[in-house]
Amino acid sequence: MKRIALAVIAALVSAPALAGVVVKDAWIRATVPHQKTTGAFMQIVSDRDARLVGARCPLAGTVELHEMTMTDNMMRMRAVDGIDLPAGRTVTLKPGGFHVMLFDLRRPIHAGDTVPLSIVVEMPDKSRETIEVEAHAVPLGASHAHGMHDH
Amino acid sequence: MNRRSWLACCAGLTLTLALAGCNPDAPHFNSVDVTGADFGKDFHLTDPDGNPRSLADFRGKVVMLFFGFTQCPDVCPTTLARAVRIRKLLGSEGDRLQVLFVTVDPERDTPEILREYTHAFDPSFIGLYGDAAATKKAADEFRVFYRKVPTGSSYTMDHTAMSYVIDPQGRLRLAVRHEERAQDVAEDIRTLLKTSS
Ligand SMILES: [Cu+2]
Repeated sequence: MKRIALAVIAALVSAPALAGVVVKDAWIRATVPHQKTTGAFMQIVSDRDARLVGARCPLAGTVELHEMTMTDNMMRMRAVDGIDLPAGRTVTLKPGGFHVMLFDLRRPIHAGDTVPLSIVVEMPDKSRETIEVEAHAVPLGASHAHGMHDH
Repeated sequence: MNRRSWLACCAGLTLTLALAGCNPDAPHFNSVDVTGADFGKDFHLTDPDGNPRSLADFRGKVVMLFFGFTQCPDVCPTTLARAVRIRKLLGSEGDRLQVLFVTVDPERDTPEILREYTHAFDPSFIGLYGDAAATKKAADEFRVFYRKVPTGSSYTMDHTAMSYVIDPQGRLRLAVRHEERAQDVAEDIRTLLKTSS
């Protein structure tokens, strides 16, 4: 018992701040030649209140955080400053909501590729952490990508 | 299209729906029945091979028409992926469905990109484009709204996310919402193939 407690304390002490933010099921839509943009999606959970404030990708000239909204059958997409990550809650970036938008792709993304992304999370003390993410590229026409609804 | 004409369009759809509801012989659809609408009669656009295209070219098939742009990360691929599923659900009748994708961003969507893009979903899908004036005319005819919105160093497009279904006689019949399920749309298309031969 004592040993377990000590192990937990050791883990807490040595854990980097990054351990508090976990990214799962990151995926990105493949592109066709000359298509310069695409979207990336993922699940993020932070163990304390934090905020996703940016993303980077070596394959893209510019990366923005976007929100898609649908009103009266009209699709709108806008850049947002950040996305709140309330403590302990899984925030899902998915079609119909938030996505990481990649512009000026340097090369097409093929289905099956693993695309490196980094996301930047702002902690309550305003410090920023960068988390490396590997996004799995799904075919452009895939309808059952991770986290996607069947509709 | 401004907000007022969009509202007028919605009112028009509701009225058409009400009219269709009065007819006991009218088939039931999951999508919005716009039979008899006074818009969406035709378009004059170009396919990636440079051929002029209008609705008459697709007589005998049910046409599913969607306006979008290839640099769209979300709604357009989701809609076209649904169209792929609808075509599969139709089984042997899938060949009687023609999916058309009209770009509202002809500036960036060159014929080459359009061809690659629609083929990545299904080689039978056809991308259509026009110059700015032809695009506007086609969108207006189908009461589709689109607008360029700057973002960072680039731009994106706001646009109507509804698909239209045209029967084998070339008459606009259904408006399909983005949320509509593939199974329900496939059922509607089967009904159209059965009832409008
Ligand atoms: Cu976007």
